[in-house]
Amino acid sequence: MITLEHVYWIMGALSGGVAIVNLRDPGNPKRYNNAAFWGLYAVTFLIGSRIPHFASGCIVIAMVLVASIGKLGQGKGESASPEERAASAARWGNRLFIPALTVPAVTLLGTFLLKGAAFHGAPLVDQKQITQISLAIATIVALAVGMIMLRPPLSAPIHEARRLWDSVGWAAVLPQMLAALGALFAAAGVGKVVADLAGRYLPLGSPFAAVATYTIGMALFTMIMGNAFAAFPVMTAGIGLPLIMSRFGGDVTVMAAVGMLSGFCGTLMTPMAANYNIVPTALLELPDEYAVIKAQIPTALLLLAVNTAIMYLFVYRH
Amino acid sequence: MDAGAEPGEGVGGAEVTIGGGPGLLTLIGILIVVVGFALRLNPLLVVTAAGLATGLASGLGPVEVITAFGKAFTESRYVAIVWLVLPVIGLLERSGLKERARTVIAAIPAATTGRVLSIYFTLRQISAALGLISLGGHAQMVRPLVAPMAEGAAENKFGPLPIETRRRIRAHSAAVDNVAVFFGEDIFIAIGSILLIKGFLEQNGIQVEPTKLAMWAVPTAIAAWIIHNARLLLLDRSLRRELASAAPSTEKEA
Repeated sequence: MITLEHVYWIMGALSGGVAIVNLRDPGNPKRYNNAAFWGLYAVTFLIGSRIPHFASGCIVIAMVLVASIGKLGQGKGESASPEERAASAARWGNRLFIPALTVPAVTLLGTFLLKGAAFHGAPLVDQKQITQISLAIATIVALAVGMIMLRPPLSAPIHEARRLWDSVGWAAVLPQMLAALGALFAAAGVGKVVADLAGRYLPLGSPFAAVATYTIGMALFTMIMGNAFAAFPVMTAGIGLPLIMSRFGGDVTVMAAVGMLSGFCGTLMTPMAANYNIVPTALLELPDEYAVIKAQIPTALLLLAVNTAIMYLFVYRH
Repeated sequence: MDAGAEPGEGVGGAEVTIGGGPGLLTLIGILIVVVGFALRLNPLLVVTAAGLATGLASGLGPVEVITAFGKAFTESRYVAIVWLVLPVIGLLERSGLKERARTVIAAIPAATTGRVLSIYFTLRQISAALGLISLGGHAQMVRPLVAPMAEGAAENKFGPLPIETRRRIRAHSAAVDNVAVFFGEDIFIAIGSILLIKGFLEQNGIQVEPTKLAMWAVPTAIAAWIIHNARLLLLDRSLRRELASAAPSTEKEA
């Protein structure tokens, strides 16, 4: 059976490859730091499931020190000159889109075909991880299509991956770090403390105040945790269920559905949701790491107001 | 996180209180994060410091804190799978994919930055509503295709763009992907957030229908479409105002 573990081996190979390319590149002034960073990251994928969690924790801390104190660098910029790229674009035309669109197409196919697919009675892939595994398979198929079509040097994919990944830099592992922080927050009971404070000091005496506190609280607490999934149980247990539902008789379905969406408004406004808000600024080479958040804030605030209105208008109407 | 298929529950799904009951000191992590991000210190360092401080404040020993950190990091490796797309995207960029995306848009006179982004928004929101959240994304679609097309549309109208404008269009391209997926995915009944809501309410002895939860995501989805598309219209207008004066060669377009 194919599981996420196999996907992690490929991730390890990619990260290790990027480390080696960096190590051998005298054009990168920080090449040893980059090699150490991606090399350690590779270790977390290759054997992370088998070593003690304490060892993984130490590896992660070492990566953080390399990236923050040692700093990462970047090797030589583009591998092909603008003229070469323009000539290649003219030569290949719209066929260049084929490998790019292979990624979503194969992911889609995979999610449908791999569901329930079996080999000798055993499931072919881990049924809980079909989307992730389909995405991984799709990237490999797309790479194969690209290699056959374009016939670049065999080392081109790893060099190109190195170029892109180094331009993203440490931001590439930030989402994982934040997930780890969220787990520590949850274990330490941070959510409960915040909900207690909110319950003690906020005016919650009217049906509208309860709704507004719940939706705005979801957004704010999501901004702190970086994740609406972490905020939802805390805010719903603290404000939603006891006040909106029990005291004021609100409808739990409307409350929960719109409450979660209010949390998503918070996700749009926080650097803690790094994979949505910080990673793309690195990917798109934007020097202001809050550029995407700034583009999203007006929509997020308007939608939060809309969510509050929707909940107030419909939650008490049944 | 919100979008992205999440194996298992969210990190906060099962809250276990450790130590002798949480006190105000456990909020030190939040303080470190807020101050650290405000001072724009290296986020990796800020997050690690916040995590270690929170763990210590809640009564764990240093070894236990590092173990908890390593465990959570290892268990969330799945969020990194998207990076597997880099070799093929890099390969295609080397072969001129971005240049081609610009050329294609240049051939469509009606294309503007706002319209390109509006079409991507609509496609992304509908596919997310059908549960197909992994069809888009910043690494797979925005960097190689959407952002170059949105930039190309503006270039086509106004000539070479100032770098600031280019960056603004790119930030909007990334934002479109986020907003569309967040407010599309909840219409699909088997998405992580719907399952989390159902599971959490069940623990509290309340039964809810996933179809009804999904139905109540529709009004917000429509509002998100209207609000964000209106903003994209405004983006077009502001680009026109900013760039038309700077680039006289665009008279013929007006």
